[in-house]
Amino acid sequence: MNTSRVFVFKQLKSLLRVKCSSAAPSNDLRRLTATPGSCPKVCVVGGGPAGFYTAQHLLKAHPAVQVDIYERLPVPFGLVRFGVAPDHPEVKNVINTFTQTAQHERCSFHGNVNVGKDVSVQELQQAYHAVVLSYGAEGNRSLGVPGENLSGVYSAKDFVGWYNGLPSNKDLKPDLSRETAVILGQGNVALDVARILLSPLDILKETDITQPALEALAASRVRRVLIVGRRGPLQVACTIKELREMVNLPGTMPEMVTAEFQGIAEALKDLPRPRKRLTELMLKAAQGSSEGGGAEKRWGFRFLRSPVEILPAPDVSRAAAIRLGINRLEGSGEGARAVPTGEVEDVECGLIISSIGYQSLPIDPTVPFDPRKAIIPNKMGRVQQAAGLYCSGWVKRGPTGVIATTMNDSFDTARSLIQDMETGELDTSAAKMGSQAVTPLLLKRGVNPVSFSDWKKIDTEEMKSGKAAGKPREKMLDVAEMLKAAHS
Amino acid sequence: MARCVSLRSVLSSLRSIVAISQRSGVQRCFSHPWMPGSQQHRAFSMHPILCSSSLSNSSAADKVLVHFVNQDGVQITTAVTEGESLLDVVIKKNLDISGFGACEGTLACSTCHLILDENIYEKLDPMVDEEVDMLDLAYGITKTSRLGCQVCVKKWMDGMTVQVPQEIKDMRNAVGSAGSQ
Ligand SMILES: Cc1cc2nc3c(=O)[nH]c(=O)nc-3n(C[C@H](O)[C@H](O)[C@H](O)COP(=O)(O)OP(=O)(O)OC[C@H]3O[C@@H](n4cnc5c(N)ncnc54)[C@H](O)[C@@H]3O)c2cc1C
Ligand SMILES: NC(=O)c1ccc[n+]([C@@H]2O[C@H](COP(=O)([O-])OP(=O)(O)OC[C@H]3O[C@@H](n4cnc5c(N)ncnc54)[C@H](OP(=O)(O)O)[C@@H]3O)[C@@H](O)[C@H]2O)c1
Ligand code: FES
Repeated sequence: MNTSRVFVFKQLKSLLRVKCSSAAPSNDLRRLTATPGSCPKVCVVGGGPAGFYTAQHLLKAHPAVQVDIYERLPVPFGLVRFGVAPDHPEVKNVINTFTQTAQHERCSFHGNVNVGKDVSVQELQQAYHAVVLSYGAEGNRSLGVPGENLSGVYSAKDFVGWYNGLPSNKDLKPDLSRETAVILGQGNVALDVARILLSPLDILKETDITQPALEALAASRVRRVLIVGRRGPLQVACTIKELREMVNLPGTMPEMVTAEFQGIAEALKDLPRPRKRLTELMLKAAQGSSEGGGAEKRWGFRFLRSPVEILPAPDVSRAAAIRLGINRLEGSGEGARAVPTGEVEDVECGLIISSIGYQSLPIDPTVPFDPRKAIIPNKMGRVQQAAGLYCSGWVKRGPTGVIATTMNDSFDTARSLIQDMETGELDTSAAKMGSQAVTPLLLKRGVNPVSFSDWKKIDTEEMKSGKAAGKPREKMLDVAEMLKAAHS
Repeated sequence: MARCVSLRSVLSSLRSIVAISQRSGVQRCFSHPWMPGSQQHRAFSMHPILCSSSLSNSSAADKVLVHFVNQDGVQITTAVTEGESLLDVVIKKNLDISGFGACEGTLACSTCHLILDENIYEKLDPMVDEEVDMLDLAYGITKTSRLGCQVCVKKWMDGMTVQVPQEIKDMRNAVGSAGSQ
């Protein structure tokens, strides 16, 4: 016998120490293996990164917990499928981990279930010991300026949903008929949109971008994309990897306004390394733009500009220009504030995409919601004044952060939940029915859930039709089509 | 109603622990590409035999010893085949660091951040811009931080210590979104 064996049994004992039921059988092993119906049951609302990472950690940290994931769409993975840009396939590698979680023997996926509509959060709470809300941010901040509803004006959320095959955006048909597009906001989503608008077709056609989007982009007349921020060059919200992609985008060149970078070179030395490198790259791009060059397509930042009004074409049918208010900065660094000077400037453009952030929406009147911050009020993932309710991901933190950020905050929520089970704060003594209570309810209401193996059928078909087109996948754009494949 | 936890699951947990507990010995290591997976699965269902077929044919001469200090400060020593990346090692040897290597070594996440010995760090080839781009987003970076998926183990590194940072975080959202109104 060696030390590793001793280690094994120590670990096993600690595994078994986790409180699983109120029954007190004579030995721990029996309690874990043979107590019917008394294991903790947790459900997660939302099958995006937050949902999957929360489930992953719960399953890892507790030897008996059962986790059911409810997802509104028939297909899993949230923004990894419907947000992450098609030309970033490497980011989507996390799907492999999520798939393993979904296939864990104590986990199950229930797609095509719209929580708040098909089943209420209260009903879930009756069926489970705990409910984790991980339903992301399905709305977007609005500009709040006149003309916002003109044709030619879109939210980045809808535009991204369109090229990524989100069923609700399949009929967007954005107007790509004019040379100049204006994107409001300078975060990574803004850069994703700019890149997709200007990428050579040869690059896009090998991605999982939808066929209608590919065709529309092939016919697009957009040649110039301005990415407009309300603050200055030192406050852009995008990160360097995404900026470098713009700088290196074949067939394009930067078009910046050199005067906007006055004093920036001097400020470099005091910046922390990430901001310094980002700014240096931006300065280099600005310099490149003044040197000119023969690229057909151009992109550039514009700073200290806030939207004031979207101006219609003479026949009022569509947007023809945007009026921008000119700002000055008050304060410095990350926290500098944009203050209007009262001056304005009009920029002619046919496409306006507002990329100033996503926004979470309330799911159900019984769930607390902070309308100002647009998040579920929580402490370490515990929903305030709502025992048994937890939250993770964008709905917990607000709509910022990459997948890794979402992963860490989801692990934190899972830790809080496990801790509450251990301290008894979360009562798991009564047996709960879990999906055995929920599925009949859904069926009675005419909702036919999609299991993970049903999703695999959709997946297989999508990859098959993708292969025929030389793409990694051709996404189904219609919920009815997805359901047909799933239940075939 | 179905039984709460099957014996199978307890047994597989047990197997995972065996796998983890044996990771400190000199092990035979296959260098076929690893399949990614959730940490708990990596621990037992992906390569259950990987770590248990110990000692037999492996020639210690081909191996490089690497000491990992994990998030809890516990040191794990492992023998690595020359040429593997530190990410490969973490995955293959089931070092079980939650969330490690989310993008599977494609320089798109920074969750494989590791802290190296100074003398090793200095002898490595300099980082390419793309690695610095991602590394800058990692949580708690130090002067000797690198992304584990970009560091290949070489014979001369024998005996090096690699520190897993306290928490795997990505700071991208802290870079510049302290908004004004
Ligand atoms: C356009 C875009 C591109 C991005 N690109 C990257 C990138 O390249 N790299 C990176 O690291 N990060 C990227 N991110 C960030 C990343 O996508 C987020 O950090 C992450 O997706 C947040 O996870 P979440 O689970 O909280 O939300 P989501 O991913 O939005 O998941 C929420 C899920 O809940 C479901 N849902 C909503 N309402 C209900 C309901 N009522 N009932 C049941 N289910 C419901 C939704 O359908 C969805 O599947 C990007 C974000 C966006 C917007
Ligand atoms: N490749 C990637 O890794 C990738 C890709 C896409 C998204 N993501 C991540 O997903 C998250 C969301 O991205 P995002 O771009 O939607 O958000 P974001 O990074 O928060 O950027 C939002 C942008 O909108 C501006 N803005 C906000 N409110 C405004 C207003 N009222 N008027 C004018 N401008 C306004 C912000 O300016 P201020 O700074 O002045 O507020 C900022 O430039 C981010 O964390 C991002 O990193 C990552
Ligand atoms: S594994 Fe993602 S950057 Fe190394």
